[in-house]
Amino acid sequence: MLLIECPWCGKRAQTEFTYEGDATVKRPEDGDQAAFHAYVHLRENVTQWHDEMWQHTAGCRRFFKACRNVTTHEIIATAKPKGDLPDMSSGKITS
Amino acid sequence: MSTQPYRTQKGGLVDRTQPINFTFDGNTYQGFQGDTLASALMANGVRLFGRSFKYHRPRGILGVGFEEPNAIVQLRTGNRTEPNIQATRIELFEGLVAESQNRWPSLNFDVGALTGIFSKLFPAGFYYKTFMWPASMWMTYEHIIRNIAGMGKSPTTNDPDRYAHRYAHCDVLVAGGGPAGISAALVAAETGARVVIMDDGPKLGGALLGCNLKVGDQEGTTWAQVAEQKLRGMDNVTVLTRTQTAGYYDHNMIIANERVADHVNEPAPFIPRQRIWHFRATEVVLAAGAMERPLVFAGNDLPNVMLASAAGTLANRYNVQAGRRAVVFTNNGSAYTVAADLKAADIDVSAIIDARTDIPSTELDIAKAAGIDVLLGQVVLAAVGGKHGVKRVVVGDTPSGPDVTEGQITRTIECDLLCVSGGWTPSVHLFSQSRGKLRFDDEKCCFVPNKGFQRERSAGACNGSFMLRECLTDGRNAGSNAAEAAGFKSSSKELAIASEEPDVHPMPLWALPWPEGNHDKRFVDLQNDVTAEDVALAHREGFRSVEHLKRYTTLGMGTDQGRTSNVNGLALMAGHKGEDIPSVGTTTFRQPFSPITMGAVAGPSINEQMSPIRRTAMHDWHEAAGAPFVLAGAWLRPQAYPKPGENLRDAYLREAVHVRKHVGIVDVSTLGKIDVQGKDAAEFLNRLYVNGFAKLDIGKCRYGVMLREDGIVYDDGTVTRLAENRYMVTTTTGHAGPVMVHMERHAQVVWPELDVKLVSVTEDWSAIAIAGPKSRAVLAKVTDDIDVSDATCPFMAFREGHICGVPARLFRISFSGELAYEINVPANFGATVWEGLMKAGADDHIVPYGTEAMGILRIEKGHVVGGELNGRATADDLGFGRMLSAKKRFIGDVLKDRPALLEANRKQLVGIKPVDGTSQIPRGAQIVVNPTGARPVPIEGEVTSRCESPNVGMPIGLALIKDGRNRMGEKLIASSPVAGIDVKIKICDPVFVDPKGERLRG
Repeated sequence: MLLIECPWCGKRAQTEFTYEGDATVKRPEDGDQAAFHAYVHLRENVTQWHDEMWQHTAGCRRFFKACRNVTTHEIIATAKPKGDLPDMSSGKITS
Repeated sequence: MSTQPYRTQKGGLVDRTQPINFTFDGNTYQGFQGDTLASALMANGVRLFGRSFKYHRPRGILGVGFEEPNAIVQLRTGNRTEPNIQATRIELFEGLVAESQNRWPSLNFDVGALTGIFSKLFPAGFYYKTFMWPASMWMTYEHIIRNIAGMGKSPTTNDPDRYAHRYAHCDVLVAGGGPAGISAALVAAETGARVVIMDDGPKLGGALLGCNLKVGDQEGTTWAQVAEQKLRGMDNVTVLTRTQTAGYYDHNMIIANERVADHVNEPAPFIPRQRIWHFRATEVVLAAGAMERPLVFAGNDLPNVMLASAAGTLANRYNVQAGRRAVVFTNNGSAYTVAADLKAADIDVSAIIDARTDIPSTELDIAKAAGIDVLLGQVVLAAVGGKHGVKRVVVGDTPSGPDVTEGQITRTIECDLLCVSGGWTPSVHLFSQSRGKLRFDDEKCCFVPNKGFQRERSAGACNGSFMLRECLTDGRNAGSNAAEAAGFKSSSKELAIASEEPDVHPMPLWALPWPEGNHDKRFVDLQNDVTAEDVALAHREGFRSVEHLKRYTTLGMGTDQGRTSNVNGLALMAGHKGEDIPSVGTTTFRQPFSPITMGAVAGPSINEQMSPIRRTAMHDWHEAAGAPFVLAGAWLRPQAYPKPGENLRDAYLREAVHVRKHVGIVDVSTLGKIDVQGKDAAEFLNRLYVNGFAKLDIGKCRYGVMLREDGIVYDDGTVTRLAENRYMVTTTTGHAGPVMVHMERHAQVVWPELDVKLVSVTEDWSAIAIAGPKSRAVLAKVTDDIDVSDATCPFMAFREGHICGVPARLFRISFSGELAYEINVPANFGATVWEGLMKAGADDHIVPYGTEAMGILRIEKGHVVGGELNGRATADDLGFGRMLSAKKRFIGDVLKDRPALLEANRKQLVGIKPVDGTSQIPRGAQIVVNPTGARPVPIEGEVTSRCESPNVGMPIGLALIKDGRNRMGEKLIASSPVAGIDVKIKICDPVFVDPKGERLRG
């Protein structure tokens, strides 16, 4: 079971949280169908570090981002929705 | 005592003053406090413990602990019975009853042993090859095979005991209470860190309890006892004995299984039988020990062919002579100490047969001091004997290489005990579960931890440090290192000095050749009856990867997961492939380390505690009225209120008629309710719903429909404007949770710039709908401060005031299509107001109605619920097309216009009636033109809701039918192949009652 740090409440057990999908997608501003199609349906199938959205469902109900390695389950950082996560695209910590 | 002929009279850890009576296979025996079932049976001279899984060969014990593959028994009787329990881990208690497994009709005479005679017909993969064709017959074969294989039996009645779960945190968790674990815990505890130390045995000490070594000037057993007392006396230390460290999970989560009351006949009142611990540890010390490996030779599965360490532990700890005349067969140094211990326990040790030719003088000195002959460069080629044990061993020269298939016999030695030692296998299971990587140590001939992954370190034998002195050093260093890593300051302590013992120095020796004239089986995996020949067969047939080897031969499966067999099996496969052992690799170690009973896994989450049940504030009233309940999500809702003499159907049909004629009330507390506040609340709702809310007046309600982002209808409900910046939203019962999350996501993540706050208030309000032509009259009697006249409280109005003397919210909305109101009162007043309405409505013949009548009323009005909101229907499909606002953006507005969602031939919501006016429309039926036509029958649509309608006077239904709105009056077939019913139906308008809505506006 993962240990997840809610940016508001601190470290809590995974059972308090719900995975809420890919945090890298952004809702398009305009009404372009292709852009919305990508927003709703298209996802990268990453094998390493992934920016995810989680909700502290059984806690403060806040959404937040977590940078998690989907192979090893390491969580390198969590952040509020507007905050920044480290750039792990190279596989290494760069910020 | 004469009843325990193999019990020695001095030393050890059994208490001879406390005899314990027990039963095995119907015979009564006596053992002592401190025994295991296995040691007590051995003391009584029992050598035959069970039959093997496939060939039904007679088997005794191989080990004394976790490693035991053979001696698994059915423990206890009746509803407490448990199958497949290792006799070597069962603490003896008064009245214990156990039965052997895998034998029929009895252990001594076993019919299944015939498979042994015909064993040439049963190679690896036999079952797959023979029975997998034809596939349809497998179920039949499996049934018969199961009976022959006959592992233990599950209880057939409920387990009467309770099981607990606990959650805890610690700074340093020590898995294993042997010398390494104890040292680690002592050092870590002294830094002030919160320490947990766990061991499977009833007391700390581990392997130290089974050998004859000293720590400092103390006996090892005394040292362990003193250390345990010290640890138990410290406030920052938790000592858990009888506790298996079962699993190592992500982020240093450790699961352990504490057998709280397995060592007694029945748990004391309020005491759980077992407890599952969930530990979150900052740092972990793995001190899981090691297991001795058997050697692979002909007849190596005979009773009383056992691991040297097992015979030594029986002698030293349990005061049991495993035999009178022993032969020790080894490829390493550890067995020399054991041989001396056996000698000290008055067992005649005929010889140490050592495959090595050149051994350290320390080992020879031990043998010499004990007066035991050592035969160097010799191996056991075969053990010969019967079901009550080995009778002699056939010895030959150490083979020159793995290709030698037949060995020259050099001598034969009579014995009744053969102790084997094939080297040691560190228990790397937990390390491997933690994602640590292993490496093969050529010198020690075993896999050892290499690169760790989580915050853990291995110490002692599980790290390949087999000597007691190494365990103590390793443990101390690991404990200190772990405490410091957890942020505590460690002062290095003086080291306890352990007695000298020979180093292991094993010689690789994986399978011995057969002696001339004896081709008995050479077992690799005793529990699954996998032989060296099966490994060779797997190689010949191409099942060469370690995972294929396992699945093809079942090597390493079963309750022991190959603890004594994996390394030998891998080494043999490596030999066939001509590769080294590490390149063959290992299979994955998975949790739990050793099986855990399902009761413990479930813990308290059984029966009514399995999942939460939600009850409304009026639940007791419904129950007293005799209503049967139906589960809606987690809610219990009353279905109907049958009167004496009525069945359920009578009741709901009566209720549905009564509401349209007079008045009824229904408990709708389960609807989701969300309070939406903030300067931008109106804008937020505008973006969520397809229709507009900005212009909704204060004190008004509006029906709203919500889409998913992909343009499909998500949910519907009402939105009421309570104040300038405050709205209350209702959701369907089933979508209350998901809709809340949907709204939270958009408020917090997608549009954080909007000033809007949300809170779920579902549980804060009791909700009652009052419906029917008399509803206004009844309502007028119970309120002084709300004018319920149509002029001041018209359809879709919202008012606040008091009802039955209780502060209340009143919404003039209608699900039934009648003149109706929904009353919300603070939850705890629900029952009061419900009773008040029943009393006030008595003169108007008010009745309560349940979900069934409510369903009929809404189908009669064509209102959609879950069956229609099926995740595939668009707003237009359901007839909400005109609600879609073109003046604003909302969720789903872009993708709702995808071409496929705009096609002319989409399924649309319509009503259906049976053409004959009487036939019931089958539930879940498909709408087709001709159900008996050519397959596949083209589907025109599907029935989404159906009921008997007492108000229409016939069965009716709602359906989604292709281009349905343009097919009014068309006759089709509602076909249910499941129910075997085809009914001719006619398409009609989905609103069956009061299509103009005059009643609800009345």
